[in-house]
Amino acid sequence: MPGKLKAKIVAGRHLPVMDRASDLTDAFVEVKFGNTTFKTDVYPKSLNPQWNSEWFKFEVDDEDLQDEPLQITVLDHDTYSANDAIGKVYIDIDPLLSSEAATVISGWFPIYDTIHGIRGEINVLVKVELFNDLNRFRQSSCGVKFFCTTSIPRCYRAVMVHGFVEELVVNEDPEYQWIDRIRTPRASNEARQRLISLMSGELQRKIGLKVLEMGGNAVVGYLQCFDLEGESGLVVRAIGTACTLDKLSNTYTPATAINPCNSSPSKDIKEAGFGEEAPGVPLSSGPPTPLRAQTFSSFSPSKSYSRQSSSSDTELSLTPKTGMGSGGSAGKEAGPLKALLRQQTQTALEQREFPFFTLTSFPPGFLLHVGGVVSARSVKLLDRIHNPDEPETRDAWWEEIRQEIKSHAKALGCHAVVGYSESTSICEEVCILSASGTAAILSSRFMQDIFIVLCLCVRFEDLMSPGCAFCHIPYDELNMPFPAQLTYCHCCRRYKVPDVLFTTIDLPTEANVTGKGCLIQARLCRTKKKAQGEGNATAISNLLPFLEYELHTQLMNKLKLRSMNALFGLRIQISVGENMLLGLASATGVYLTALPSPGGIQIAGKTPSDITYEQHISNMQKKINDTIAKNKELYEINPPDLVEEVIGSPIPEPRQRSRLFRSHSESSDEVSELDLSHGKKDAFVLEIDDTDAVEDIHSLLTDAPTPPGFYSCNTEIMPGIYNWTSALQMFTSVRVFRLSNVNLTNQGLNKVFNDLCENLLKSLYFKLRSMVPCCLCHVNFTVAVPEDELIQVRTPSTASITENEDQLQFPLELSAESSSNPLNSAKGKLSLFPFALLALFTLKTQDTPSVDYSSFTDRCSSWIEQLRLKAHTIRCGSIKTMSSLEKASPLPEGRSRSLRSNRSYAGSSVTVVKMTPLSFIPGTKIIKYLGIINMFFIRETTSLREEGGVSGFLHSFIAEVFAMVRAHVAALGGNAVVSYNMKECVFMENPNKNQAQCLINVSGDAVIFVRESELEATPPQPHSASAQTSSSGEGT
Amino acid sequence: MSMELDVFVGNTTIIDEEVYQLWLDGHSVSDAVRMRLESDALSECEASGEVLHSDTMDQYRTFQMCERLLHCPSKLANQLLFQIPAHRQAMLIERYYEFDHTFAREVLGKKLSKGTKKDLDDISLKTGVALKSCRRQFDNFKRVFKVVEELKGPLVENVQHHFLLSDSLARDYAAVVFFANSRFETGKRKLQYLSFQDFAFCAGQLISYWTVGAVDNMMEDMDVDLEKEFLHDLKDLKVLVNDKDMLDQHKSLVCYQLKGKIKAFSEMEANFKNLSRALINIASKLTNTKDVRDLFIDLVEKFIEPCRSDKWTVGDLTLFLTHYTSTAHTLEMFRFQILWERYMGVIKSCILKMYHD
Repeated sequence: MPGKLKAKIVAGRHLPVMDRASDLTDAFVEVKFGNTTFKTDVYPKSLNPQWNSEWFKFEVDDEDLQDEPLQITVLDHDTYSANDAIGKVYIDIDPLLSSEAATVISGWFPIYDTIHGIRGEINVLVKVELFNDLNRFRQSSCGVKFFCTTSIPRCYRAVMVHGFVEELVVNEDPEYQWIDRIRTPRASNEARQRLISLMSGELQRKIGLKVLEMGGNAVVGYLQCFDLEGESGLVVRAIGTACTLDKLSNTYTPATAINPCNSSPSKDIKEAGFGEEAPGVPLSSGPPTPLRAQTFSSFSPSKSYSRQSSSSDTELSLTPKTGMGSGGSAGKEAGPLKALLRQQTQTALEQREFPFFTLTSFPPGFLLHVGGVVSARSVKLLDRIHNPDEPETRDAWWEEIRQEIKSHAKALGCHAVVGYSESTSICEEVCILSASGTAAILSSRFMQDIFIVLCLCVRFEDLMSPGCAFCHIPYDELNMPFPAQLTYCHCCRRYKVPDVLFTTIDLPTEANVTGKGCLIQARLCRTKKKAQGEGNATAISNLLPFLEYELHTQLMNKLKLRSMNALFGLRIQISVGENMLLGLASATGVYLTALPSPGGIQIAGKTPSDITYEQHISNMQKKINDTIAKNKELYEINPPDLVEEVIGSPIPEPRQRSRLFRSHSESSDEVSELDLSHGKKDAFVLEIDDTDAVEDIHSLLTDAPTPPGFYSCNTEIMPGIYNWTSALQMFTSVRVFRLSNVNLTNQGLNKVFNDLCENLLKSLYFKLRSMVPCCLCHVNFTVAVPEDELIQVRTPSTASITENEDQLQFPLELSAESSSNPLNSAKGKLSLFPFALLALFTLKTQDTPSVDYSSFTDRCSSWIEQLRLKAHTIRCGSIKTMSSLEKASPLPEGRSRSLRSNRSYAGSSVTVVKMTPLSFIPGTKIIKYLGIINMFFIRETTSLREEGGVSGFLHSFIAEVFAMVRAHVAALGGNAVVSYNMKECVFMENPNKNQAQCLINVSGDAVIFVRESELEATPPQPHSASAQTSSSGEGT
Repeated sequence: MSMELDVFVGNTTIIDEEVYQLWLDGHSVSDAVRMRLESDALSECEASGEVLHSDTMDQYRTFQMCERLLHCPSKLANQLLFQIPAHRQAMLIERYYEFDHTFAREVLGKKLSKGTKKDLDDISLKTGVALKSCRRQFDNFKRVFKVVEELKGPLVENVQHHFLLSDSLARDYAAVVFFANSRFETGKRKLQYLSFQDFAFCAGQLISYWTVGAVDNMMEDMDVDLEKEFLHDLKDLKVLVNDKDMLDQHKSLVCYQLKGKIKAFSEMEANFKNLSRALINIASKLTNTKDVRDLFIDLVEKFIEPCRSDKWTVGDLTLFLTHYTSTAHTLEMFRFQILWERYMGVIKSCILKMYHD
């Protein structure tokens, strides 16, 4: 009995009129948790009742606290007939279970009804008293924090990153064919809402247990999805990255001082601290946690008809690779040290079944090299889940895919997959499971502390080449897994880099970028024969490789057209409809300074006999060349031939030394001979041999340029833009398009689909024109092909959800300045933390003389020597800043208190809550995470026309969902939702019956933020905190 | 091929003021799109008709959903459905309650009932204001009237407080409510030359000086009705025309003051007794509700028209009324100084406002 839940119903307002005669309502409230129900008194004849109830107390297991939501039902008392329900409020108790999150939930909640939407508001107070549970065999996992954010949350630092956690639960869907059974739709939808709420609570609890087992205390990058499999049931699954997080406390510095080696604030390094050139090495080792070999869900032979198709898309691999499994031997060369390191970390990682990370941005120094995108898809036939307690089939399916991803990563010479995500697309009984991520080599420092010295070496390499290390190829250049053109890195000129790089992660903050980035989308539509069951699955899996191949070609062409050489945040979505397949790939293109400049696009005709044809081709060629030139100007991509030398110069000394030490590296001598003009030699050749190709090229050129003043990207931050304002506007846009023509060709379909996407973008630009200059960030389109009972007319519909927008204002010349000289900007980004950490790290090695140097070459130890020297100078630096900051920080505690009190705005009764899909709010500081928001709503109507048709219905529903999210965040005491995501938006309609139904699932992290301008009034605390810890670290 | 569903929802509700105005003016979506296409402001955005249509639809839907809240503006501030910054809320409300003066002129003094609502299509035709917009404006009048009718305290402040309107707009509403309550006759042909502003000004004068609230600073009563006692007392002013001596004395005093100062002196001198009699008669008849309603038509017929036919200038009229009022104080036998001042103050400013072509 380890928990007591207390709830108090204070008042209601704006209630609907339930009694026509008096135009009033006799409202009372039922409060339910688990199987216990309490009732308030009836407050007669009022639309603004004041119940002011007693505290209702529920004594419950903490297991239930995690699974169950608090259920509040507002009813209208009726003496003669049954009481009418006005609506409900579900409150997730989870944020109250963690000591660091919210302490009380208090505020106005919209009363929600699945038929009528929001009907007034209710003021509720909820508290939880938790008793300590010492039971080792407990089933609950209270206190494990969940974050949707796919990076280490801003006011925490990662002590340890444990790795991948996953879980799925299945159940019967209480109502999968709602339109056929018109019994009481409201009842069944409410049952459904409740069930999903329960299931996601259970899922979270189970994942939490796994995390505790691994020794972690938090899940970062938590991604929960629903598969509405119709007749075969309902699957709720989630993946995430288990971490041990430490709160960066401003107030209790003694606590961190005790454990000095842990103070590695993996914070945003954007706030400029020092002006030195090298990014420091934030290296720390967590408390020695035994690494467990995880035994994940059981493996059972996947039954039945499953066709599998998969391909690993890496840079330049334009042909789907199916038979490349022999990459295990990667990492044999490239210096014995590196190999050694790799083997060591590899073994560390190989102990885990899946070395996957859902994170997309990392603490500095964690990500060493990036291989490329790996993805796997598999087509499955759904069958009824017979025993919900043993969801073996589904587990096995995912297991299979993950294994495949792992082997792809291996083939790329990588031991880990980052930016990992999973998704499904279901059409009738066929389901496509997809997983994708970026193969990478990670530093082991967040995983195990045995390899410190090895890390040191790697770190040192990276010191030589700031901002380009991650581009260096991780695989064996003599034994490449695919044909690629390698050149020497344009930054450090010592390592090989590929000519194009595709990734699913965010652009690392330390990366050197030339010019600005932009959103790149590839869109594709393919017809498919209508089929049933196995035949359908076969057809789909036959089509998939071609679809992916073409998407890839499109991406590559568009990238070249913009004269860029890398893609970040790549997200390929494939959805299946009854007679078509849709593919949509979005990514943010950038010009990485380290990679060679891309060649142009050359068009070659196959039938050169015809003169007009030739002319046509040369016209087209000219158009393409013009576009490339225009784009270069637009994105401010100046081929960095001249800048090149400047880049190297600030760090000449270490480079010379390294050359000395690294004489084994055959590359170092050839630096000066780098061929910078190589791009022009081998322009990308497009052959036009049929109308298809003409069409393709045409579509290349039809992408409308973004209007002036707008920027767009689908990642967290826009590469090349640094001056953000905190004004932001999040929005959701949904469009459904009906094709009236049944017999469309591929080209026709493509054009329709392409136009749809383009028009949507145009619409967005138009709507936001008043905010210029602004940047659309995290623009993620979601496509779906929903069912429709009209047989001949398929509705390929594009539900484009969650495009988001942040405004920034800046004088244009300023931005031009920072981007034309990438080095400057890199300098500006350096902050104080890395330096403080470097000093700490060296201390650690000094303290542990038992580390066996002899096992390494002389070179290694001399490197360490050198680093020590360097650390010495840096340590002096950090002491200086420390003292200066100490003076300036007399009142951290009082400050944070006053901030909190600021939260409740006196004037307006409704707190303004910002929502953003980004993990941060520009120009502000997140001071507290209050807990995860994960909400599921169903809305239905039987009077579709009266509510303004489908658009009117959905418009009000989305507005209602926003309102409910805001209300929950405000009740937790927050003023923003970060990492907001509308994961599901399933819309169904039956116009003949004047009915429609929609499901929406949203998630995000509730936070409290303060503006930096407000913070500046008093000393910036995180700085002082880390400075203080660094000083105490040196004392030991 | 058609767009089945097209929705855009922002966390902070995006409102385009231009589209809002089009919506308020009662334009259909397709009309609004056409007008936006034609307007120059958007030409730089190169927006296609499709984009504009989608945007206009979104905006219209938003407004329709907001409308319910706008009916009770205080709700807008603490509702949760739309996150709208405070200054935008104020804009929404102000614009929603703004009305066309030409429309208001037509409705002024009419009973705000279903019957009048049925005549709205005629009014729409006559004024050129779209029927939809007419309905909204009429409903606004009705809503404000209903709320304010029974409230105590100053009328303007009540309107402002309950509907969060700006001062000037609240005054206009006060005028509308006042006219609707007292049912002043405004529709006669002879009154057609008067604009809404003219009447609103007069209403303001009446509210400020002739209602109960005007003397007895709020407390008990309301601003909507004229003070009965005052109207009754106005009968006493008859003495000014009934007493032959007093009338002559009054005339000579006025003539003495105005001699050489006004162009229409001779006409004034000839007409003085008629004019004075007209003003006093209007005052003495105001006990009768019917005659209260005819206040404006009486002023025009009995006083303004004779002056106009004699080609008085506004300056002449101002001087005449000033001295006509002030010289009455010097009459030895005249005891109703305060009453006279209260009556003539309002009548003077009303006449001056109404004296134009």
